[in-house]
Amino acid sequence: MADDARPITRGFPRPAPTRDAALFYEAAARGELRFQRCSGCGTFRHYPRPTCPSCLSREFSWELSSGRGVVHTWTIVRGPTLPAFEAKLPYNVVDVLLDEGVHFVSEVLDVAPDEIRSGMRVRAVFEPVDEDLVLVKFRRED
Amino acid sequence: MNKVDPAHLPGIRDAAAIVGIGQTPFAKSLGRSEPEMAVDAIWAACEDAGLSPREIDGLVRYDMEQFDEEQVLAALGNPLLRWFCGTPFGGGGSASVVVIAAAAIAAGMADTVLVYRSRARGKASGYGRDPKQGGRYWEKLPESLPGLNQWHVPQGLVSAFQEMAMISMRHRIDHGTTDDQYADVAIAFRDHAIRNPAAVMRTPMTRADHHASRMIADPLRLFDCNIETDGAVAMILTSTERARDLRQPPAIVHAGAMAAGSHHIRLSTLFSRPRDEDSAVRVGRQLWQSSGLSPADVDVAFFYDFFTSMVIIALEDYGFCARGEGGPFVENGGLAWPDGRLVCNTNGGQLSEAFIHGFNNTTEAVRQIRGTSTSQVRNCEIALVAGANSDPTGGFLLRRA
Repeated sequence: MADDARPITRGFPRPAPTRDAALFYEAAARGELRFQRCSGCGTFRHYPRPTCPSCLSREFSWELSSGRGVVHTWTIVRGPTLPAFEAKLPYNVVDVLLDEGVHFVSEVLDVAPDEIRSGMRVRAVFEPVDEDLVLVKFRRED
Repeated sequence: MNKVDPAHLPGIRDAAAIVGIGQTPFAKSLGRSEPEMAVDAIWAACEDAGLSPREIDGLVRYDMEQFDEEQVLAALGNPLLRWFCGTPFGGGGSASVVVIAAAAIAAGMADTVLVYRSRARGKASGYGRDPKQGGRYWEKLPESLPGLNQWHVPQGLVSAFQEMAMISMRHRIDHGTTDDQYADVAIAFRDHAIRNPAAVMRTPMTRADHHASRMIADPLRLFDCNIETDGAVAMILTSTERARDLRQPPAIVHAGAMAAGSHHIRLSTLFSRPRDEDSAVRVGRQLWQSSGLSPADVDVAFFYDFFTSMVIIALEDYGFCARGEGGPFVENGGLAWPDGRLVCNTNGGQLSEAFIHGFNNTTEAVRQIRGTSTSQVRNCEIALVAGANSDPTGGFLLRRA
């Protein structure tokens, strides 16, 4: 079978959140980084879920994050990747440990691949993909 | 939280054995569909055991397998199943199929259990319009992403190899693991593949070849990654008692374990939990506790070598060395036949033989127990087979009769 006949994800792969996770994306669209925070013990958590991983409380609220944290680990994607991301190859993907203690997978904008380091201080920025989707990205702080 | 893991599934000890193994040729492209290859491998496994496909009464399906129960049963003349289930979570489920099959036999739920995996995974190996048949799964993700993929893929982290790259990078940050140590794994397994006529990659690899291969996702180069191949593997398990009357020396399932909880490639969960709760670490502890054996008793080991870096981490997970010492462990032929510290993946593994989701490592473990490997470990009595150390996972110990 010829390559061009193969089914490939050509468009931008978009989140299809459930009602609970949708609050994350609604906040991002307003320029806010919010995570679930346990009403019982105060622990922040990500990914969204109904129960606190520390104390099992099911009471929580969506609280603002400082948006500040450090790069915990990273990679430089050099390909292959999906067509939606090919134009920006090579690009970084980072795991950010936010000051609130949650880990979040994202990208540090405007940094050369050889400048990414673990421990680098970053802060959240809000990057529109199109009129319906805003992703949380990061920029260097220092 | 339990401070001591329970001795998991102790009732399966020595109850069941792998008595038949079968496979298709392995190649970058075979021009055959996954169902066609699966049936060839299943037939070969039945012949190897000296059993008819009609005697199969149990089936454990690898969860990502697209050739499902309905299709398999039709292809095998509709044997009458009384036990069937699947093992979730990608490479983590690759060893669990054997654990679950052995548990079913030990519990009397089935006599003769089939496990199999068929993959048309070469780059152009779709062989039909069904988007779930063959090729690279991540190239065919839905453009609307439910579940936890939604937190990775829109950020450009589209595939497991990129997620593993980030886990591997953190291991380097914490422990200083090096490119040379990655090469030590790749070269050892390539040398095993050169001795194995069934292996796809049989040209010698030097350290310079490894370092010159292109970077895919830092710190992983092309030669740190499993190869993409077509092929199928099948195995038949039955009770150890019945195995005595069959054609082949049995590879007895001495212990088996599974674990899920905190370690998963969804990185936000993984990095939030202590490493000693990782699933692979717990599988290792459960195996040693339930068998009374220790890593020193293992004659040959088969780690899920999707990436060189993950083999290094698995050595630590399973207790063959302390955390952070996996890199030094693999140096100077540490994993190489015949004299390595721990001879591993003597088929060439998924780095150099074929990538059949770990099933080709299990069949090679069986050959080691039978004494028929092309890189045969002398007097091999105990073999460890481990599922992927990234996910909810499983592992088991095989022993000679």
